[in-house]
Amino acid sequence: MSDPIAKQLALVIDLNVCVGCHACVTSCKEWNTSGWAGSMPDRNPYDADPSGVFFNRVQTYEAGTYPNTETIHFPKSCLHCEDPPCVPVCPTGASYKRIEDGIVLVDYDKCIGCKYCSWACPYGAREFDEESGVMKKCTLCVDRIYDESIEPERRKPACVLACPAGARLFGDIIDPDSEVSVAIREEGGYQLMPEWGTKASNHYLPRRKTRQVIHADELIRADNPLKKEGPLPKAKVGAPSLDDVTSW
Amino acid sequence: MRPAFSVIFLTTLIGVGQGLFLALVAGQFYWVIGATDIPEAQDFYAIGSLLALVFMGGGLISSFFHLAHPERAWRAATQWRTSWLSREVIALPAVMGLLVLYGGLHWLDWRPVLMTFGNMKNLDLTMATGYLGAALVVALFICTGMIYACMKFIQEWASPLTVLNFALMGSSSGFVMATAYAGFMESPLEDFFAGGAMFLTIAALVGRIASIVRNKNIKYLSSLQSAVGLHHRNLRQLTRGFTASSFNLKEFFHPGSPALLPILTMAYMVSAFVLPIALMAFAWGTGSISAFALAFAVQYAGLLVERWVFFAEASHPQNLYYQKVA
Repeated sequence: MSDPIAKQLALVIDLNVCVGCHACVTSCKEWNTSGWAGSMPDRNPYDADPSGVFFNRVQTYEAGTYPNTETIHFPKSCLHCEDPPCVPVCPTGASYKRIEDGIVLVDYDKCIGCKYCSWACPYGAREFDEESGVMKKCTLCVDRIYDESIEPERRKPACVLACPAGARLFGDIIDPDSEVSVAIREEGGYQLMPEWGTKASNHYLPRRKTRQVIHADELIRADNPLKKEGPLPKAKVGAPSLDDVTSW
Repeated sequence: MRPAFSVIFLTTLIGVGQGLFLALVAGQFYWVIGATDIPEAQDFYAIGSLLALVFMGGGLISSFFHLAHPERAWRAATQWRTSWLSREVIALPAVMGLLVLYGGLHWLDWRPVLMTFGNMKNLDLTMATGYLGAALVVALFICTGMIYACMKFIQEWASPLTVLNFALMGSSSGFVMATAYAGFMESPLEDFFAGGAMFLTIAALVGRIASIVRNKNIKYLSSLQSAVGLHHRNLRQLTRGFTASSFNLKEFFHPGSPALLPILTMAYMVSAFVLPIALMAFAWGTGSISAFALAFAVQYAGLLVERWVFFAEASHPQNLYYQKVA
């Protein structure tokens, strides 16, 4: 996109919070398969070699060597790149980025199912629907976030509402005061595969460790030089006090 | 990447058609400048154009099998400003149109002189159409190659060698076809085509070896660390997040085993380049037309394998996210 857009809706996913429960995966499938972007068909769901279309996946990674390992649950969906490589390659114009809010969408009526856009996405965010013969992808629940029949605080993507841990934030990353912009700025939000210049809009907040340094002298009570445990000696009645109530 | 047979046949068949068109135009030019005084057999160019058209048409039909909605294929011509695929969709029928025009003008023998040069040589309408056609053939080679070369993160493809090799292999197979065709028509251009075929096949071999060497030394810019954004040296996937299959597992991995690729690479090196060169050398020596025809058949089979490997050896960075079931 040559013109800078005024608004870029995106998700910010806190890897420090995500517990890997897949609630965002199932709620995404439930909302979208029955909605505007549907269907998201499963092939041979109860048979050998089942396969299905998902807009959102939760993967799990491990870093380190046992016993010093760390498990990272990693939700992955379309990143709604600010410079999406999947859009200019589309020969029909079915793949497009909305100027008004930066959401990358597919026009199912124009898509010829050549799959070239999926080749052009380094993240593998697009999944082909063999039933309807068109490319499908995360819509950021575009049919939900502007639906005025839904109460305003619930006009968010299904995955954000479903997350029991609150690991998913949703908002405009261009507005510097939005919840997502503040989180990216203050919590070290980063983009996936920055080497390809896609300027992914979805950001991830890194794992954070809370470490406390305890010095040796902090393990000993500095106000007990004789190292005798027991009730403190009572001050004499009438002895000077700080506030006439407590004693020294 | 998963090799799609529709695309394998599309790119190899139109390669032959484009090469044959180039050969015909080069042959006519060779004759026009007076390199040979024996007049060309009548209808040589017309039937040759028809032959090239058959190959191009075969490729076009094959391309439709790649589409889930072929009835909307016309829309694919709309995004030529940004999409190399769209540009190919325009250039392919344009080359076919020029072939019809070129062959038709020869068939009708309608060759009004457009221009006379100082050496009293004429530029007639057929030759001019041929030049335009040749330019469009080159444009189509660029479009086809750029479809792959513009994918910067598929690093095996993101190279000028991709475009060059599409052009060289297509031209090579077209010239081999032209040689067999000229032999069959007993055209005086047979030797000219044979020389061209030899040169182009050797050039294609060199180009392909260059791309193999380049691809062996690729330093991949993406890693699991950059894909997840966690820069730990010892990072691995525990699960891709699902046990079933998905589009991501089918489209971006090739169905063969890793050991298959070097075997197939050797196979196409022999079949697409070495064997045709040997057969042509033999045919040139003995004047055997059937050896030229055999050279074409062997080379075409080799090019099908080459194209399969071209897709299979391309590694897509999305595969980093799909390494382990559980």
